[in-house]
Formats: sequence, structure tokens, C-alpha cells
Amino acid sequence: MKVILRNPKREVQVAGGRRVKDVLRELEIIPETVLVIRGDTLVTADQMVTDDDTIELRPVMSGGSASRGAPRGEASGEMIGDGRAQPQPAAGEASGEMIGDAS
Amino acid sequence: MKCRKCGRGAVIELRRHNAAFCEPDFVEFFRNQVREAIRKHRMFTPEEAVLVAVSGGKDSLALWEVLIEEGYRTTGLYLDLGIFDYSIESKARCEKFATAHGVPLIVTAVAEEIGAPVPIIKTVTRRPPCSGCGLSKRYLMNRVALERGFPVVATGHNLDDEAATLFGSVMHWQTDALPRQSPALAATHPKLVRRVKPLYRLSERETAAYAFLRRIDYIVEECPFAAGATSIAHKEILSRMEEASPGAKHNFLFGFLDRARAAFERVEAVALQECTRCGQVTTGTVCAFCKLADQVKRAT
Repeated sequence: MKVILRNPKREVQVAGGRRVKDVLRELEIIPETVLVIRGDTLVTADQMVTDDDTIELRPVMSGGSASRGAPRGEASGEMIGDGRAQPQPAAGEASGEMIGDAS
Repeated sequence: MKCRKCGRGAVIELRRHNAAFCEPDFVEFFRNQVREAIRKHRMFTPEEAVLVAVSGGKDSLALWEVLIEEGYRTTGLYLDLGIFDYSIESKARCEKFATAHGVPLIVTAVAEEIGAPVPIIKTVTRRPPCSGCGLSKRYLMNRVALERGFPVVATGHNLDDEAATLFGSVMHWQTDALPRQSPALAATHPKLVRRVKPLYRLSERETAAYAFLRRIDYIVEECPFAAGATSIAHKEILSRMEEASPGAKHNFLFGFLDRARAAFERVEAVALQECTRCGQVTTGTVCAFCKLADQVKRAT
């Protein structure tokens, strides 16, 4: 089967007839760091792929650092944002638990 | 794997929620998380005009799409950083999105405001490119919002971005940075607009999945300067922890916001004043953006 990788874009051939998670393991890719795309939809790690399949492993990581790790000084960039207060959450708010929100 | 809500075939598994969803139920889950973020932190109301900072990437375009779908009054702001083909292609994605959705887009070129594009700023300052870039973006987002009458700027920062920033601040014990990390920063000065992050409850894998499933044409290629950025290294470490212990990133960030952040808030307020050159808010006499512009001018 064909696997399309990005950044830089390239293709590799691996054996099909097994689950997506086995392909990811062979390629040493952490499942949490990619979308697995087949055609116009996403597939979960437990799904089977065949030798005839083409899947794209699209990385989901993005971004650079705004200021962390840069030497501190006048250009380190915190001239706006200093001294701001956080708006208070609505009264009676539960803490930020989101587990189970969607059910 | 079956959808937790309807039992149909799932398209995405969310291990930290011990759940999987089909496409329609994932879209609903995603929008619910955005609604909850906006409600909990009183980010903005349907009556307010929201300036959405867009880069052409998955997060900011997904955010813009959700806010449009939810009926908010939005305008996009694209800051052209002048980073070669990356900027040309990401700007095209934003313009295409704005046209397709019939929403306004403001384009501001960093080079016109500071005298040089990001690659030149990097050379002039001899600092990591993200340093001058981040400074310029924060400054211009605030100034454009003020000039155009927007009370609030929304950015596409997600759970991974926030967890990585927190990790970096803790690694260096930047106790001044910790209280400033929040999903919503209030306008504490007449010349500071509110800054909010409605995607902070969603991981970047979730925002990528949403953008893909909603057929949003975003730029997959990474900024050429991002390779080697400290925040990327931190994200990689956190991803390994997440793999070993699903929910680790969530617990790290939400535990901080709920239980630790207040402990770092300083009693004395930082004195804010207006830059003697441009009038924007600074803690000094001349703001960091004007100093950077001077540095660029001297060197070019």
C-alpha cells in the first residue's frame, strides 16, 4: 500500500492487510501527531488497510515560539499583555472538566 | 470503532475523552467546546464585532468557520509576514476562505509597518525569527483592532499551543509570564483590546480533523522558520507524554488554569503607559515594536 507523508511531501510503500495502528508503529509515528486520511474521510487506528489502499499521514503540529526561549530583553515582545487581568469566570462555574461534555 | 453518540462508524478517536465520534457528531462536539469556551470566559457577545487573526493554517481557519457558523460578526485579519512562498500561499488560502464565506478580510503587511519582512528582521536582530515575528503580530493585531473599532481579537491558539507555552514558562520558571497565560485577556487599558482563544479546549489534532472534515483548504506546509523552534520541541515532549497517558496535556493546562494560575498573580499592578512614538501601550517609554523598527531602519 501507498503512504503519503508530508513536510516534505513524500511517498513510501508498506505492507497492507493490517490495522492502521500497525502501519503507524512500523513508521514510528505517534498516532496523536497525525490525521490518517483515506479518500475524503478520516480513519481510526483500529481500521484495516489493504495493499490497494492509499493513505495520507498528515501532521497536525504547527507553530513557532512567540517569545519563550528567546533571550529576554527589549525585543522579546511582551510590550502588550503586561498587567492584564483575567475576566472572572461566570459564577458557579465548574472547573474546566470537559471529559464527558459531548455525550 | 463506533461513535459514542450514535453507534455509527467513527472517523476519529479521542483517547483523552475515552470516546470516538462519527463526522456529524464530531463536528457538534467541536462546536460545543468552542461555545463552552466563549461562554465560560465571556469572550464576546453576538452583538460585538470580532477580529479573527488568521494565518491560513488549520487552527485559525477552523476558528473563523465555527464563529461564522455560530452567527458571530467576524472580520479576518491576515498579517503578511513576507516569509517567501509560505506567506504567498497562506495569504491565498485566507483570501479564498473569505471570498467563499462572504466575509471581510483585512490584509496588513508587516514589512510596510516595520520596514522589513520577517526574514530580514531575523537577520537584523540576530534573534530566533519567532521572536520578532511574535512581537510584530501581537502589536499589529492590537493596533489594527483599535484603529478599526474592534473590541476583541480572537486567535486560533489550541490546547497544544497553550500547554507548550505553559511548559516553556514552567521550564524557565517565568513567573511573570504565568499569570498572563489565559484563554481570555481583558482590556486593562483603553488602548488594549480584549484577546481571546476560543479553541483552547481543543487539541491540534482535533482542530486539524475539524478543518479536514469541513473541507477547509488550509496550508499544511509549516512555516520554514518553525523547524527547531523551542515550542515545537516542547510539543513533541508533551505528545509523548500524551501517548503514554491520554489526557496529560489537558490535565496539565486545565490544572494550571483552575488551581495554580492565581498563585502567580502579583499584587502590584504593572504600570502601563503609552509609547511616546506610536501611542500604543508599553511598560517603558518607547515600545518594543518601535525599538525593533529603529533597529531595522539602522541596518537596512
